Formats: sequence, structure tokens, C-alpha cells
Amino acid sequence: MKTIKEINEKIRKGQVVVVTAEEVIDLVAKKGVRKAAEEVDVVTTGTFGPMCSSGAYFNIGHSKPRIKLGGGICKLNEVPLYTGFAAVDVFLGATAVPDDDPRNKVYPGEFKYGGGHIIHELVAGKKVKLEATAYGTDCYPRRKLETYISLKDLNEAVLFNMRNCYQNYNVAVNLSDKPIYTYMGMLKPQLGNANYCSAGQLSPLLKDPYYKTIGVGTKIFLGGGVGYVAWHGTQHNPSVPRKANGIPQAPAGTLAVIGDLKQMKSQWLLGVSMLGYGVTLTVGIGVPIPVLNEEILKYASARDEDIVAQVIDYSENYPQCVGGSLGEVNYAQLKSGKITVKGKEIPTGNLSSYSKARAISEELKSWIKKGDFLLTESVAALPGADSGYTFKPLKEMPSIS
Amino acid sequence: MTSKKIVLHFPLHSVDQPIVYKLVKDFDLQFNILKASVTPQEEGLMVLELIGTKENFDKGMEYLKSCGVTTQPLSKDIVRNEEKCTHCGVCVPVCPVEALTVDPQTRKVIFDNKKCIACELCIKICPPRAMEVNF
Repeated sequence: MKTIKEINEKIRKGQVVVVTAEEVIDLVAKKGVRKAAEEVDVVTTGTFGPMCSSGAYFNIGHSKPRIKLGGGICKLNEVPLYTGFAAVDVFLGATAVPDDDPRNKVYPGEFKYGGGHIIHELVAGKKVKLEATAYGTDCYPRRKLETYISLKDLNEAVLFNMRNCYQNYNVAVNLSDKPIYTYMGMLKPQLGNANYCSAGQLSPLLKDPYYKTIGVGTKIFLGGGVGYVAWHGTQHNPSVPRKANGIPQAPAGTLAVIGDLKQMKSQWLLGVSMLGYGVTLTVGIGVPIPVLNEEILKYASARDEDIVAQVIDYSENYPQCVGGSLGEVNYAQLKSGKITVKGKEIPTGNLSSYSKARAISEELKSWIKKGDFLLTESVAALPGADSGYTFKPLKEMPSIS
Repeated sequence: MTSKKIVLHFPLHSVDQPIVYKLVKDFDLQFNILKASVTPQEEGLMVLELIGTKENFDKGMEYLKSCGVTTQPLSKDIVRNEEKCTHCGVCVPVCPVEALTVDPQTRKVIFDNKKCIACELCIKICPPRAMEVNF
């Protein structure tokens, strides 16, 4: 019905019709899919949640004399970086913590500072202290380096997340008699609370459940700047059971994304601390869905009521890698503040900010309307629902005999 | 009506006296225990919300003084750092008194300081650590 080229032409002329993934719901209900698909060109999605497989790589530039960080030790504000590359390329992971952080020795550990916080501080324009030691070579003789660095002085600073934007997620509960501290937050004993983590009807991959438009090369809102889908994310699992509307009933597809950290905004990249678990980075992502035909719009108009998630016990089943759901709930129920599990009514909490997801979908909409953001054709598809691609558990091999 | 949150310090000799009972019986005050650590043979501490007419409230405070109980207003205050809060809502089910709720329209988290009993459960479980204790 429409092509991305035609939509981009409309964006350039300022004639494009963009609605958010929330607004499209009422529009389709009012006008019907056919009429709405004629009118609407782009649907903007958004999500703002903790995404642990985030990180950033930097090229810090060569010192005089030269130093080879590869094979050496390098820290930013005492948080260790990965140095196993060439001389001055380093990678900072969101969940890295200083060597002297007590972790969970004093349980539950507070995890006040780590990689996620450094990424936020750099983007906010703060200077951070770099300390490095190296073994020294004939061509890279220097053994020690101590300097403050700032984002603008680095050669390249690139956000690279190997997995985020989970297409649906678990609802976490605790069946045991003591509180537990998880990446899904603190879970009170005996079904004291249920925590979920998704923007539901605003979440990118839930609005394009079969990855018909989102693929490698898709241009996105990433951390307040422009990024791209680099690949399917790790643990991509498109083959999970789906409802008749195509939406996976459990965690399914994921995205790997990349973008220039220098043009991102600190409000959309936030270092956060999960009590008893660790540090991570909360990332803002928005993906535009071009309305190429009625089918794409039909999927994009899914409502919270149409999207279900599984309630999983995080005291026993999750840690022991045992399957089994305590029940299925939809996002409208989760957002109402209470769900019923095993006959008990329990309060819900979200780790993913819906109001920020909404703000991202609005921001991306305004970029497209202003003509600042053109859409891209994806250059390769993500492994799809019938690809046979799955997420395997580890097969432990004590020996290789 | 007067409603105040106060901290009571019970000296050793008064711990076995039914002082809070008297506040209800003689001064018609409603009380809500926010925190209590009162054990025999030790000094005690109690955080109470007292509700009643101004006159009865003042008389009740006089009575406490006559029993040797020292009182101070609850000065510990939980504040939200508005710049840090992302309005995710993970604190909402943890708050025991519904001082943290989600606005169904804006989906933002509302913090009602008046309902807060300063239990501090939200402080460390807030991922961006936006909830702060003021003394």
C-alpha cells in the first residue's frame, strides 16, 4: 500500500501523519483498520527500562609516549573496563562495579555505583578519572596512565547494547517465606508483590510482533539520540508460543542496538541500582513502525488487554531454571495495580516507566513530523517466528573426552 | 481537629505504665502507632500519630510531660528527588500505607508525604535512588 520511500517523501514535505502506539489504538477503534491505514504513515513506540546488556566502547586517543591498554588494566572512576582490544580501545559494561564494592557480602548489597552510572555521567558532560596500567612494549613503552577524560575529548564513544527491547517479559513473584532481591526488584514473601517490566502497548517489538518492519538497519531513537538496530539481540527467542494476534506470551524477540553516545541525552541513559542484585543502565528506546499496509497497522494497534505475560516464581523456579507459569495476566490487569495469583490479590509494580515510554514515543513523533528523522529500510530481517531459531540453555561439559 | 506525628521517649521507670491507653481513655485521642520499640527494663521509643481536638491534644501532651515522657515532633522526612525519579512505579507495591500510588492517567507516581510514615522501605529499592531521608 505504501513504501518507506513514499513515507520519507511525505516527511520531507512536512505532510507525514504520525501517531504514537497509544494514540493509534483509539484511532483504529474509531475509524477501522482500513481507513486508519490510509491516513497514518508512521506509528511511534517507546520503552524506558533497565537493560543490563548495555555498554559503551571508547577510543581514548594516544598518549605521549604511547600506551597499550590491551592486555593491561584500565578503570574509569575505579570501575574496571574490558581492554582486550588494540592499544586505546576499551569497553565499559553497564553492570561493572568497582573492585572494592562489597557486592552481596553485606546482604542485600546496595550497589550504589557502576558502569551504568559512568555512562550517564559522561553523557551529562562530567569528567571521569581514567587509571591504567600496561606491560609496555617497544612501540608502546608507557606503563602507567592517570588522567581525567570527558566525552567530548574522546575519539569515538559508542553505545552498544547486545540485548534490549525485550518483546514481552515475565511477571516476577516470590512464593517463599523470605524477601528476595532480584533484577526484577525486591519481591516480598508469599506473593507480597508482583513486578513486571514492559511498556506493554507502547513497547516496540510488541507492536510489530512478526518483525515485519523492524530489522537490521532500522533507525531508532536511542538514549535521546539516533541509533540503529545492529542485529537481533542475544537470547532472541522468536519461537515461543503466540496468541492468535501474533503476540508472544512469554519473553521472545530482542534487539541489539548501536548509536553515537556523544549525541545522546543523560535523561534517557540512567545508571540505576538494584538492591541485592547489581547496577545497570536504564535506556530509552523508541522505534518507528512504518504503516506499509493494513496488516502492519492491525498489529501496531494491539492494546494492553491483548498482551499477556506469565507469572513466574523467582524464589525457586527462576533460579533453578525450572519452567512453569503460575498464571497468565494481561498488561491492563498489571497496570490496574492488582492481579490475582493462586487466589490471592497482590499489588503490582513496574520497573519500566510507562510515562517515560510515552514521552519517548511523543519525542520521536515530533522528530519525524519536523522532518528531522527519516525512516530506513531494514537491510536484513530478524530471525522470525517460524525460523526455528531458539534460545538454548547451557549444556555443561565437565570434560571433553 | 489536630493531627500530628510525634516521637515519644519513655524513661525506664515509665515503660510499664499504660500511658498510651490513658491518652485514649482520658483525653479522647486517636492514635496510630507508626513505630514502637518499648521493652520492659529498658528505655522505650514510640512514633505515634495522635489525632484529636486541639484542647485534648494539648492536655494529652501535658499529661505525657507529667509522666516524664519527652516528646518531639517527627522530624524525619522522606522526600523525593524529582530530577532522579523516573516514575517507573516499582516502589508502589512496597509502600505499606499507599503513600506511593500511580496516577491512572499520566502513569506517573504520586508521592503523598502526608501519608508517609518514614518506614524507609522505598529508599534502597528505588533503582535511581530518588527517595531520600531528611533529618
